[in-house]
Amino acid sequence: MPEDKTIQELGLDEYKFGFSDPEEYFFKTPRKGIDAEIVAMISKHKNEPEWMLEYRLKALESFFAKPTPQWGGDLSELDFDEIYYYIRPMENQGRTWDDVPDDIKNTFEKLGIPQAERDTLAGVGAQYESEVVYHSLKEEWDKAGVVFMDMDSGLREHEDIVREYFGTIIPYDDNKFSALNSAVWSGGSFVYVPPGVHIDIPLQAYFRINAENMGQFERTLIIADEGSSVHYIEGCTAPTYTSNSLHSAVVELIAKPNARIRYSTIQNWSHNTYNLVTKRAVAEENATVEWVDGNLGSKLTMKYPAVYLMGEGARGEILSVAYAGDGQHQDAGGKVVHAAPNTSSLITSKSISRGTGRSTYRGLLKVHEGAVNSKSRVECDALLLDENARTDTYPYIEIEEKKVNTEHEATVSKVGEDQLFYLMSRGLSEEAAMAMVVNGFIEPIAKELPLEYAIELNRLIQLEMEGSVG
Amino acid sequence: MLKIEGLRAEIDGQEILKGLDLEVGKGEIHAIMGPNGSGKSTLSNVLMGHPRYEVTGGAVTFMGEDVFELEADERAKLGMFLAFQYPSEVPGVSVANFLRTAVNSVREEELSVMEMYRLLQEKMKIMQMDPKFAERYLNEGFSGGEKKRNEILQMLMLEPKLAIMDETDSGLDIDALQVVSKGVNELKGPEFSAVIITHYQRILRYIEPDHVHVMLDGRIVTSGGKDLALTLEDKGYDWVRQEFGSAA
Repeated sequence: MPEDKTIQELGLDEYKFGFSDPEEYFFKTPRKGIDAEIVAMISKHKNEPEWMLEYRLKALESFFAKPTPQWGGDLSELDFDEIYYYIRPMENQGRTWDDVPDDIKNTFEKLGIPQAERDTLAGVGAQYESEVVYHSLKEEWDKAGVVFMDMDSGLREHEDIVREYFGTIIPYDDNKFSALNSAVWSGGSFVYVPPGVHIDIPLQAYFRINAENMGQFERTLIIADEGSSVHYIEGCTAPTYTSNSLHSAVVELIAKPNARIRYSTIQNWSHNTYNLVTKRAVAEENATVEWVDGNLGSKLTMKYPAVYLMGEGARGEILSVAYAGDGQHQDAGGKVVHAAPNTSSLITSKSISRGTGRSTYRGLLKVHEGAVNSKSRVECDALLLDENARTDTYPYIEIEEKKVNTEHEATVSKVGEDQLFYLMSRGLSEEAAMAMVVNGFIEPIAKELPLEYAIELNRLIQLEMEGSVG
Repeated sequence: MLKIEGLRAEIDGQEILKGLDLEVGKGEIHAIMGPNGSGKSTLSNVLMGHPRYEVTGGAVTFMGEDVFELEADERAKLGMFLAFQYPSEVPGVSVANFLRTAVNSVREEELSVMEMYRLLQEKMKIMQMDPKFAERYLNEGFSGGEKKRNEILQMLMLEPKLAIMDETDSGLDIDALQVVSKGVNELKGPEFSAVIITHYQRILRYIEPDHVHVMLDGRIVTSGGKDLALTLEDKGYDWVRQEFGSAA
């Protein structure tokens, strides 16, 4: 088709955020690879309390002891010795964007962060390599007692809270990648919302990898105290290199009674990034936790946000949308554990596969004995854009209680010739027609996002698809 | 305006159109009538460019352009429109959103949000549609009548130069048929031509054709004025087969 050529000429079919800055850093580990010396170096560099160093070293042992998972995606090309584990781009965190070096500031400008901060956010954190280079919280929320800072500052300024909760939702030995993160974590967010405080506009953290062979291991802990609410949004991009990068985060959420946390991710890593993330939340009595998880980028993503419904009446919701283009594997889904009576959950997964892309839904629904009158619904829909694309569904269900109501539904559909012809007969190009079908498919998830992010999600999918039809 | 010469087309290796000729002038309304299996729907799909049909012979020009050189969207931009017999469902895409994209695709200049809104309100009123209809997902869960009305709504929004209507009347009750016909008559004028493809004569009571053609076994076997439609209704398609079947 004639349109294809134009788009290729414009270069839009390539990953849009693949540019990189020169590497001029305050500190970078002297070598690739990981061992106790590197871990101690990171901890010392951060001037951490002794207990954190011990925690890191225990986690490192666990990382070495655990085999690389053989299920899920293909990790055979991921070489832990070929990764840099810590880079500190600048000496001190910026209080204003003017404190941030020009290269880095320009990168975040290109990603639209300062603009979003002015327009729509209650606070913003910008992480570049291993450290958060800029952080802000609007005065109104600061005065209300909200804490929103990078995790390292959280450990320094609120050591007692961090020590009480850190690693309690996701123990370091939960899996190989939580162990790795626990050993070398750096950056991420620490959020505390005091009782009864409702932050009505989102907090956002943005994660950017710049260096080649970089490993980014942010660590996030969000505590919403009784009756409070918060919406946290995470975005991520990286340059395109021929060698691999690794992003392995650990995110722990705690929703106290009657609290509500919504955590939204639009992950758009470059196609050379392994994205292996552990996310888990605990919802206490009548609390609500929602994960909105958009996976567009990366080479391989393995991520299954979880909600443990520990208190009566708690509710968990997971909305997952994945796009797997050529060479990508999105192994995503969600886990819900019902451990108290009258709890409810909903998992909605929408995946799109194109070319040699593969999307996998992997989910767990578990209802413990005694979690009477629990309700759960799992719905996963896959859309295939062409003949070669692949999708798989692995729904694991373990029910120990009889008095429950669970539903599971899965569909696979293909974009049909008739559907495309219909739209094209109304003047839409083949690409526009395909994009319209895809946008319609993810509409149930897009409408759950704030408008700007819904538009962004649609736009990113459109960008991924451009030049791919014909 | 539209010129079809010796058109041959097949689907899955089976020839359906076997040398069809037809010429439609500017401002003319043509009706093509024929029994089931005569190739009526194939003709409409081939004219609009459905990829499943293969054109094996003949030529079709629209406004002087060879339509086989054009993709379906390019034909639409040139002013061709097909009202589908079985329109596809597009879940998650609202009628309003779809129409906005479609209208802006065929127009040289984009309409503003406000202009689009007014245009849609105006056309929906003609089609006697509830404004809430615009928020529904395209054809999803629509009744047969709603789908047909929606097709005509799209036609009014896109203002084509040539509309091909593939059995738009089938399955409609009298009320719906009147509304649909009203929509078509709305566009009637020196700049609008239509090819109404139908099994029955009754839609022609509401939309008066200038020419009537009878199609049998992939060809037009006889043509005439609107009286031909009445003759057909009287004598039935068996008469056509007896009279013209040998030619096929």
